Amino acid sequence: MKRFLIIAIAVIVSFALFGSAFAATADEIMKKSQAAFLYQGKDFKARVMMKLVSKGGQERIREMTMLRKNFGEIGGNQKYFMYFFQPADVKDMTFMVYKYPAKDDDRWLFIPAINMVRRIAAQDKRSSFVGSDFTYEDVSGRDIEDDMHSLMKEEKFGGKDSYVIKSTPKAADVDYSYKLSWIDKANNLPLKEEYYDKRGELYKVFSADEIKDVKGFPTITKRSMKNLQSGHTTEVSYSKTDYNIGIDDSLFSERFLKQPPKKWIE
Amino acid sequence: MNKPFHKRHRETSATPSALCGETREFRLNPAQLCVYFLLLFFPVLCLPSFSYAADVSLHGFFQGNYSLGTRSNPDGGDFKWAEERVQLKLDANKEPFRLFLKTDAFYDHIDRKADMELREGYIDSTASKWDIRAGRQVITWGVGDLIFINDVFPKDYEAFFSGRPMEYLKKGVDGLKIGAYPEFASFEFIAIPIFEPNNYPDSKRFYMFDPMPNVTNREEKDPASNFENTEFAARAYRDIAGSDASIYFYRGFYRKPYMIPDDLNNTTKITFHYPKLSVYGASLQGRALDGVVSFETGHYDSRQDRKGEDYTVPNSQTKALIGYQRQLWEDFTIGVQYFTEYMHNYSEYKRAQPGGLPKDRKIGQLVTVRLTQMLMHQTLKLSLVSFYSTSEGDYLINPEIKYNFSDHIWAAIGSNIFGGGEKWSQFGQLAKNDNVYAQIRYEF
Repeated sequence: MKRFLIIAIAVIVSFALFGSAFAATADEIMKKSQAAFLYQGKDFKARVMMKLVSKGGQERIREMTMLRKNFGEIGGNQKYFMYFFQPADVKDMTFMVYKYPAKDDDRWLFIPAINMVRRIAAQDKRSSFVGSDFTYEDVSGRDIEDDMHSLMKEEKFGGKDSYVIKSTPKAADVDYSYKLSWIDKANNLPLKEEYYDKRGELYKVFSADEIKDVKGFPTITKRSMKNLQSGHTTEVSYSKTDYNIGIDDSLFSERFLKQPPKKWIE
Repeated sequence: MNKPFHKRHRETSATPSALCGETREFRLNPAQLCVYFLLLFFPVLCLPSFSYAADVSLHGFFQGNYSLGTRSNPDGGDFKWAEERVQLKLDANKEPFRLFLKTDAFYDHIDRKADMELREGYIDSTASKWDIRAGRQVITWGVGDLIFINDVFPKDYEAFFSGRPMEYLKKGVDGLKIGAYPEFASFEFIAIPIFEPNNYPDSKRFYMFDPMPNVTNREEKDPASNFENTEFAARAYRDIAGSDASIYFYRGFYRKPYMIPDDLNNTTKITFHYPKLSVYGASLQGRALDGVVSFETGHYDSRQDRKGEDYTVPNSQTKALIGYQRQLWEDFTIGVQYFTEYMHNYSEYKRAQPGGLPKDRKIGQLVTVRLTQMLMHQTLKLSLVSFYSTSEGDYLINPEIKYNFSDHIWAAIGSNIFGGGEKWSQFGQLAKNDNVYAQIRYEF
């Protein structure tokens, strides 16, 4: 009887293991992609240059240092610290986000001209980030559970084997009706995303334009988001990218919002 | 906005400069300005050698700022404000030190004078668990939006009512700030040896209530700069259950002048003074109700007249505000606040208040609404800020449009509309000062 039980358990366990390995479900692909895209390393730093290009070709620059630290498991809490270099009217401003899955962020803004740290209302994660075509969610990630994911097909994209995932928001008040993502099978990074509006027309396209290996982590160092309806595009490039640099928890505080340490923001 | 004008004791027309705290301003002719700028730029000229030792940056702006009254000023002029201004910000870092200088030079078309001012100038020294800032610095406390309870630091209401950029509402203080950051909470300790009063509108440019307009002999008495008069302020803050909690303490002076007539029945001279004040307060701000909820309270201990029997000194008060801010749709935010202040020993106050002077209410109340809509990739900002006192019936409405033409140039136009209430109430007395303003800035 005892032996029978052991065999039974072994069979069940091996089925469970093999089963999950074979059926790489859409949810799992998206989780892995989120881990590769937004949660790599214990912490992360980059000098971010955003170029906002209007339909008429006018360019505006948003330049900042972005620091991120993970708290807890993949897909869990994160803290972001941003210091702005450009444009001139926001220079020395700092911005801090405590990101929680499944609830609203906490956000703080420091305005140097009046030496004031203020909490800012942050209900809509689909709002534009600093006026760009990227939303807050595009910067810090969208909860996997907010969408229904399905694996549409597998195909080569830009010479890379990739999964094509369709993600449909569960909530009705999202600006897109569904999104198609091309996820690189090798490194799980999104190579391209297409956002379709309520009428089912393609209106926004994300593309990963350069991927580099940083400390063993494949990292998208150039990306763009193009709004096909407005003709507005945002191009983003990362420099001075680094991981596991030992960012202290205390950085994410009012003290350092007011006096950002040079060693972290340069 | 915490009652920029007091109803009993009125800032008046005869000696506006004495009330404006112009101790830090000095007049310069163009030649002197040039010399000053050379001195200011001297560190920059030395940059090549200096930069080996420190990390130096220089930024600033050129700005035009004009405000036109909808009717002529008391002195016959049309403009509440008309100036061109240049600001330079020098920032030099060499761990663990930092030097920061923010200097403005401007030409005022109304008074036809060139002036300059050191807006901020301090040295920071930073260690892992503490830091020190010494020099002229701006300190902002509390969670109110243009309502100040625990922010007991000097304000420039003339700037606010004249349509200058918001940063000019805050004045720096000359003092020392020590920050301490043990694990369980953070602390700020501030000592200010040199008293700096609030700045109120110039009575040549603004119509304001004056209970004794015929008395022209006026004098202002600042607290002397000595150890006993050094102002102290402390704040302790930390996170409590995901909200930002602070407690505050201040021991110093009211920054609004209160008047002492030499003889009530036959006044020939008015002396303005700044009575002693202590403030004990607390604030809490956190995410709630799909938005940000703020709460702040403070007790104003009027140390020179705790019984409330001296009409030349304000009575003690307890003040509180509650605020709520929420993003209703993309790039649109609404903020509402309710503020109330309660006067202690009101019956003593009523008894002591001389007959000819208007009386404050026992309970004052104010509601504010701020609407902000950003458009065109957050380069166009429409905002509406309004104050309405439910106890007095007076109001201030400030609509503004700001557009960033490029990453370097922005311009704003707006207006300040005052009215309602009594001829002595906070905004009611400004009813004849409605103005339309323009700000244009090139930033580098």
